[in-house]
Amino acid sequence: MLILTCPCCNIAADETELLPGGQAHITRHGPGSDDADFETYLFMRENPKGVHFERWRHSMGCGKWFHAARCTATLEVFATYSAQTFGPPQHVIDAIKSRRPDWQGPV
Amino acid sequence: MSTRLATGGRLINRDAIQNFTFNGKKLRGFAGDTLASALLANDQMLVGRSFKYHRPRGIVASGAEEPNALVNMGQGARFEPNQRVTTTELFDGLTAQSQNHWPSLEYDIGAVNTHLARFLPAGFYYKMFIHPRPFWKHVYEPFIRFSAGLGKAPKDRDGDRYEYLYAHFDLAIIGGGIAGLQAALSAAQSGQRIIVMEQTAHWGGRAPVDGDVINGQGAAAWIAETIAALKAMPNVTLRLRMMGAGVYDHGYLLAYERLGDHRPDADTPRHRLWRIRAKHIVTATGAIERPLSFAGNDIPGVMLASAVRDYIVNFAVSPGDRVVIVTNNDDAYRTALAVHQAGLTVPAVIDARPAGGGALMEQARAAGIRVETGQAIASVKGGKRVSGVSLCQQAGEGGEIGTIDCDVVAMSGGWSPVVHLWSHCGGKLTWDAAQACFVPDPARAPTGADGQPFVTTAGAASGAMTAQDALHNAVDAVQTILGGAGAAPQAEAPEQAPLLPVWIMPQGAGVKLRQKMWLDYQNDVKVSDVQLAAQEGYESVEHAKRYTTLGMATDQGKLSNINGLAVLSGALNSPIPQVGTTTFRPPYTPISMGAIAGEARGEIFQPLRATPMQEWHIENGAYFEPVGHWRRPYCYPRGGETHADAVAREINATRGSLGLLDASTLGKILVKGPDAGRFLDMMYTNMMSNLAVGKCRYGLMCGENGFLFDDGVVARIDDDTWLCHTTSGGADHVHAHMEEWLQTEWWDWQVYTANVTEQYAQIAVVGPNARKVLEKLGGLDVSKDTLAFMQWTEGTLADIPVRVFRISFSGELSFEIAAPAAQGRALWDKLHAAGAEFGATAYGTEALHVMRAEKGFIMIGDETDGTVIPQDLNLNWALSKKKDDYLGKRAHLRSHMASAERWKLVGLETLDGSVLPDGAYAKASGKNANGQQHTQGRVTSTYYSPTLNRGIAMGLVRHGPDRMGEVLEFPKIDGTVVQAKIVNPVFFDKDGEKQNV
Repeated sequence: MLILTCPCCNIAADETELLPGGQAHITRHGPGSDDADFETYLFMRENPKGVHFERWRHSMGCGKWFHAARCTATLEVFATYSAQTFGPPQHVIDAIKSRRPDWQGPV
Repeated sequence: MSTRLATGGRLINRDAIQNFTFNGKKLRGFAGDTLASALLANDQMLVGRSFKYHRPRGIVASGAEEPNALVNMGQGARFEPNQRVTTTELFDGLTAQSQNHWPSLEYDIGAVNTHLARFLPAGFYYKMFIHPRPFWKHVYEPFIRFSAGLGKAPKDRDGDRYEYLYAHFDLAIIGGGIAGLQAALSAAQSGQRIIVMEQTAHWGGRAPVDGDVINGQGAAAWIAETIAALKAMPNVTLRLRMMGAGVYDHGYLLAYERLGDHRPDADTPRHRLWRIRAKHIVTATGAIERPLSFAGNDIPGVMLASAVRDYIVNFAVSPGDRVVIVTNNDDAYRTALAVHQAGLTVPAVIDARPAGGGALMEQARAAGIRVETGQAIASVKGGKRVSGVSLCQQAGEGGEIGTIDCDVVAMSGGWSPVVHLWSHCGGKLTWDAAQACFVPDPARAPTGADGQPFVTTAGAASGAMTAQDALHNAVDAVQTILGGAGAAPQAEAPEQAPLLPVWIMPQGAGVKLRQKMWLDYQNDVKVSDVQLAAQEGYESVEHAKRYTTLGMATDQGKLSNINGLAVLSGALNSPIPQVGTTTFRPPYTPISMGAIAGEARGEIFQPLRATPMQEWHIENGAYFEPVGHWRRPYCYPRGGETHADAVAREINATRGSLGLLDASTLGKILVKGPDAGRFLDMMYTNMMSNLAVGKCRYGLMCGENGFLFDDGVVARIDDDTWLCHTTSGGADHVHAHMEEWLQTEWWDWQVYTANVTEQYAQIAVVGPNARKVLEKLGGLDVSKDTLAFMQWTEGTLADIPVRVFRISFSGELSFEIAAPAAQGRALWDKLHAAGAEFGATAYGTEALHVMRAEKGFIMIGDETDGTVIPQDLNLNWALSKKKDDYLGKRAHLRSHMASAERWKLVGLETLDGSVLPDGAYAKASGKNANGQQHTQGRVTSTYYSPTLNRGIAMGLVRHGPDRMGEVLEFPKIDGTVVQAKIVNPVFFDKDGEKQNV
């Protein structure tokens, strides 16, 4: 039962208020893309033990999507941040590195 | 004999007599008794039978770890099986029955199993019931089912009520013994919000029984003082009869409060499930005494030493006149002294340690108690009750060196910290060789959202077993969490000699003795079973557990686990910490199903949505069906009509003259903004941006994976506004889908969406006389020329503001009228009044379904199931070729999606006119690798059509549209086959003349 702070309304939201949306920062491949790219976009997901970037929606609250960086093994939450980004912002990366010095950075 | 002592008993009130029955016998106890102490006071040591061998079982423990004494409690709506007598408080009128025996507790047929024990070793079921195969169904399974299960399942609905409570605390302390109370006291000065919960009805835990002295006074006085101090603090919440059931991620704590169990007549919920979020959790959950493994340690009368002490001191109950103590540590001498002080006899203390114990042993000797060191129990004598023990040397193989007559054996194998709650959320353990137990490793605590530990143990739960150590440990815990904890009180502790780990007694016992050493009392797992499992290759503790069922009984191994894995480690010749423990899972002890359900049952199981016309439907006898969270009228049976009759009448009335449908559940999503048209072009497979203001268009929605998931009519309201209708029950999902794409992919597009489903009532006015009734209401020109098919207009009807959409899901002349929800019922009533002369008939969802099927219209959820694409439903016309992109477009190009082998929509007409079974498959020739018949299609919608007076159906069939006229065979569940011809799915009014008038 996670608690994630919604960066939009700043509420520390219980997991029952949230909807999980899977891996974050996936690039959409639409018409014109080749089969391999489309397959990757539609089906291929990371399942790391450790640092992971995820999409969540504060569905029983403000309704906004946001991103969370957390550790899948310990459930430590490094940061939550806006969904309107193409990759984790620098302050999120810094937050992760301060807690996981060995982390190699986003894949 | 067990009996009540004449004096003493710190928890009972001898002036308050409580009458109760056990197996129909009328018995008496006192207020403050547990059912266990009251049974023992009435000489009822035998309380049940074990699971496998049906051996007689007596009370072993005095708390939540009791493995044997489970009973069926209560009657009728308050019947509940598997209730632990040791944690059940006695009340007047209690009824209990013992379990797992036939025909009676005293004489049990199943006990013959005990003589077959050598044929029923570990893994017996796995080995025995494999062959011959047919025996499983006809012989083995019925036999196992007859003998399986402990208590009976309740027959009636639960007559009690239950509730949830949500709470937030800075610090939640689980356990109200001296460590928990000291932790609360140390933390409370900080002003933080604190809760302390204790699973029993009394504060202070074991300290008063053990005779601990704190700050120079008896533990009871210190406890009373501390409770008074905590009660005076507004930031502290104290709760008795509340168990910490489970610790979960990020400080989530489930706690189980028993409000009504001990006072069934009180006007209160029976149980309350607390769903707590705590910033930090302290588990001061104490420790549980371990049994010793000697032959016959399961005979009624063999009890934990601490339990014997509890029954004497707390309840003035003597478990027996002659109590032999057997131990490997100093604590059991407290029991020897308690028995002695109660005026009963301790024939001997059998101490397995060659050098014996410390100060407590000297006290016992000074009291004249015989102490034998380095000795062990070779075996216990007796059947349904202990009659004596034979002694041997612990170092030997069990050669008898003497016998002692006794009726109770009080055993102590040392204490194991209750680490369950620490472990639930990932806290790790470390082996404490000195105390021969696993203790929490503070360096590997469960961590929270910030990566910092959020659980800390205090007292005996940390392995701090003496009063002095426990209090200091509690203060240290608070100091670590909050700081400013202050000093610990002074407790006096007698000097103790070290414990000797004893896993088998005597250490060299042969197989004959080992076959009689019980580890798991309820599941009949013995030392020999665990050794056999190891011998057969079950090296992992988790595998050995499942193979032998060790620790899988209702006590979940609270007594037996450490002994069992010590035996396993011995058999594997591998150190105990390397063998490890099995996983601790919540709840700590079973919690009631009622508490888990809380208030969510019956009428309020889930919130229901109602349309503005719901009252009318109820008044007019609607038969409802669930559609999402709505309850929609399926039909409105009149008089003695069957549902089928009512549906036929409603369809005939609608097609013949005028039908009215409450369509308010239809999803309505407003999409607005400069980029709304562009956005809808992505959402729908067809073009929506070029829809003219005032017009409607049917649209399809696919996911990015190409599968069709919703459909509906879109109306262009003005230049930058569209109103999207969705399926009933689909609105929330479609709205969320739109928001997801807007917020996470096209966040720079200027679009606003609003789900306005409940803001409008919607009524479909359907049938040849539909226009006439609207004209009667007046206010709006709905003539064919002004409001053509697939157009909409707004204005007033009978002075009610409305939007009228000229769309049809029935093939009839049809207007869907949206009005503000508050005026929906008024409009509905006016339509009925004005339509009376046309025989206006309300119709339900089934009539709607039949009429759409007669017209060959698809229904999301019938023709689609998440694997169907628009092309399968011959809806290629709705897939825009002009658009570069829309959700699903790329997916439709994948080879499997573009395959000509996909099953496609057709109509199906049975040759005999009957109705095809829903979901039936069309046979193809041959069988697959599993011997199953090949199929070539399936039925997706099937109805009796009163219009055509025959069964009609739609289905998906391989190459279906190319096979018109071909006859398929559909096997039915009863083994018969029904033949159906492939036809055009539009069964009625193929040219659409009826709706275009």
